[in-house]
Amino acid sequence: MAMAGRAISLVVLASLSACGTDVAEQHPMPAGSPEAGLEAIRATGCAACHVVPGVEWPMGRTGPSLEGFAARPLIAGSLSNDPDTLTAFVRNAPALSPDSAMPPMPLTESQARDVAAYLYTLQPR
Amino acid sequence: MLQPTSTRSSLADALVGWPPPVLDPAGPFSERITTLSWALLVMAVLVMVVVGFALAGALFGNASLKKRLGGRGLIWGAGFAFPVVVLSGLLVWGLTLTSSLSSRPTGDELRIQVTGEMWWWRVTYLDSEGRVLARDANEVHIPVGRPVLFELTSNDVIHSFWVPQLAGKLDMVPGRVNRLILTADRPGSYGGQCAEYCGGPHALMGLVVVAHRPEDFDREMERLRAPATAPVTPVALRGAEVFESSGCGACHTVGGTEANGLAGPDLTHVGGRRSLGAGILPNNQGTLAGWIADSQTIKPGNRMPPYSVLSGEELMAVSAYLDGLE
Repeated sequence: MAMAGRAISLVVLASLSACGTDVAEQHPMPAGSPEAGLEAIRATGCAACHVVPGVEWPMGRTGPSLEGFAARPLIAGSLSNDPDTLTAFVRNAPALSPDSAMPPMPLTESQARDVAAYLYTLQPR
Repeated sequence: MLQPTSTRSSLADALVGWPPPVLDPAGPFSERITTLSWALLVMAVLVMVVVGFALAGALFGNASLKKRLGGRGLIWGAGFAFPVVVLSGLLVWGLTLTSSLSSRPTGDELRIQVTGEMWWWRVTYLDSEGRVLARDANEVHIPVGRPVLFELTSNDVIHSFWVPQLAGKLDMVPGRVNRLILTADRPGSYGGQCAEYCGGPHALMGLVVVAHRPEDFDREMERLRAPATAPVTPVALRGAEVFESSGCGACHTVGGTEANGLAGPDLTHVGGRRSLGAGILPNNQGTLAGWIADSQTIKPGNRMPPYSVLSGEELMAVSAYLDGLE
């Protein structure tokens, strides 16, 4: 299961490197590692509320699906979708969006950056 | 401005290696089972190789080899006497090796009652007289080096208690108490799993056994015996209000408050647990919120209804409150 998940994520990462320039232009994330981001996403259980491509279980519905996140104009329907905002949001959503049900998550600043880097690999199909 | 409050759990210390490693013993009881498993496996492979060669000889060998393989001596010797001797030997050795697994309690063991529920574990720490010291769920704390007597039963269907690194499986049968003694040799977290199909989300019925050094264990017990931590931050205070007004206390107990429901897991120290949903999710404010809002997506068929009536603000508050109950 974990092996399959890893294989899938490698495929995801490989396919994104093909269109890497687009992503880099859209959302430059020089300090973030998408692979470490996926690990952090698994470790904190983001999928309890979100469908996260690359995570097979659970596929929570409390929060929005994160499929195609790289192309979303807004975060949480109110914040601009840029790397710094996203990094701050995944770590401490209530500070930016007080009415959201998304609580602060146990991520370090650099983990949050990795998570953002992973989310920016999620292109719409 | 709100600061991140939830800094604890990571998957590494929450889910302690899933699936639980079966051939990596961490105590004297599981060590014997592992030795026995390897010995049986090696014997079985050896015999299979010999039989395979004999079969190949009988099928493709020349006439004289076929004749020898079909001889009366070989059939009686290798076909009858050899298995009788080898299997009897293994049986006697295996029973001797594992006899201590079913030894009777001496009365010096730490007593912990674990009751199987669909689909989680009710945990009760007892003193030597059988009085309740503390209640918890889905996580069991034990001291290193001291035998622990698990008194296993079930409130509904048959479950099976299995922490492979510490002991073999033992069924949890309604209306009867099965006793399992185990000892952990080294501190650490050991994953467990219900090993008897019990319907619905059986596969998502995990637990965590945490072995501590004796002094750390005493501290853990003190923590578990204390009433719930009173909320202090405004968001947690609001969460306690939401918890009460939403009727959570009808199914859940929070020690020291009016919430005294017994149908679901005790939440007095829920925020201090390593995992959520019976050993299946890392435990933090985010997973708590997701579980409360819609646990049916995470663990389909479990008995907690989705709380989609809560607003975002209420959900955030109640998850902050529970996260603080350490």
